[in-house]
Amino acid sequence: MSDQVSLSARLTGLANPTRFIRMVEIVLPWLVAATAILFAVGLAGAFYIAPADRWQGEAYRIIFVHVPGAWLAMFCYAVMAAASIGSLVWRHPLADVSAKAAAPLGAAFTFIALVTGSLWGKPMWGAWWVWDARLTSVLILFIMYLGLMALWRTVEDPSRAARAAAVLTLVGFINIPIIKFSVEWWNTLHQPASVLRVGGPAIDVSQIWPMLVMALAYTTLFMSLHFMAMRTEIHRRRIRSMRLLEASRGGEDG
Amino acid sequence: MPDFGKYAFYVWTSYGLAGLVLVGITLYTWIDSRVQRRVLRTLEERGLRRRSDRREG
Repeated sequence: MSDQVSLSARLTGLANPTRFIRMVEIVLPWLVAATAILFAVGLAGAFYIAPADRWQGEAYRIIFVHVPGAWLAMFCYAVMAAASIGSLVWRHPLADVSAKAAAPLGAAFTFIALVTGSLWGKPMWGAWWVWDARLTSVLILFIMYLGLMALWRTVEDPSRAARAAAVLTLVGFINIPIIKFSVEWWNTLHQPASVLRVGGPAIDVSQIWPMLVMALAYTTLFMSLHFMAMRTEIHRRRIRSMRLLEASRGGEDG
Repeated sequence: MPDFGKYAFYVWTSYGLAGLVLVGITLYTWIDSRVQRRVLRTLEERGLRRRSDRREG
C-alpha cells in the first residue's frame, strides 16, 4: 500500500512541469551520449561489418536507415496517442506538451521511411513509388503528422488546441495497425515483416544486429529530442502566460 | 570508403538524406530551445513572474 502511494506520488511529482524540467536536465546528457555511441556502432556495422546480401547485393544496406525510420514513425504516433489519452482523460498540460512536441519528430521519421524506401524501391522494384497498401498507409501517416502540426499552429489557445489534436490523434490511430498488418491483409509489393514475425526473424544475425543498433540509436535520438522539445514547449507556455499577465496588468494600470 | 558498386547512388543518397533530416530536426529543436530560454530569461529579468510564482512567493 505504501509502495503504491509512493509510486503514485513520484509519478505526480514528475507530472509537475518544473520537476519534469529538472529530470530532463539530468537525463539529457546521458541520452545524447548514448545516441552518439549507438550511431557510431550502428553505422560501422551497416557500412563495414555486415556482409552484402545474396539477393539484393549492396542495395539492402538502405534498410539500416529505412526500417528504424518506419518503426520510429509508428512508435512516435503511439507516444502521441498515449499522451492524447492523458490530455482527454486527465486534462494534464504535460500530456498536451508531450503530444505537441512529438508531432514534428514523427513527421521527420516518416519522411525518412518514405524517401529511403523510394530509393530502395527504384533499383529493386524498378519504381520509385507504387500505390500499394503499405506505402499508401505510411503516406497517410505522414499527412496526419503534418495535419496535426498545422492544427497546433492554427488554434491559439493551447488547451483548446490540445483537445482537438487529441481527438484527431486517437481517430488517426486506426492507421497504425493498418500499416503494421497491411503486408499480410493485402497483396502488396512491399515485403512482409521479416524481423517482428511469428517464428523469429528471417534475417541472418550478421545483418540484423546493425539494424537493431540503428533502431536503438533512432529511439534514443527521439527521446532526447522529445524531452528537449517538451522542455521548450513548457518554456513557451510560461512566456505566453507571462505576456498575458503583463498585458492584463498594463490594462489595469491604464 | 566502402564501395557499393552499381547501387552506390541509391545507398549514399539514402544515408545522406536520412542524415540531413536527422541533423536538421536536431538543429531545429536545439535552436528553438535556446531561443525560448533566452526570451524567458529576458522576461524574468524584467521582473515578470507568472501568477503561480507570485502565489508561491
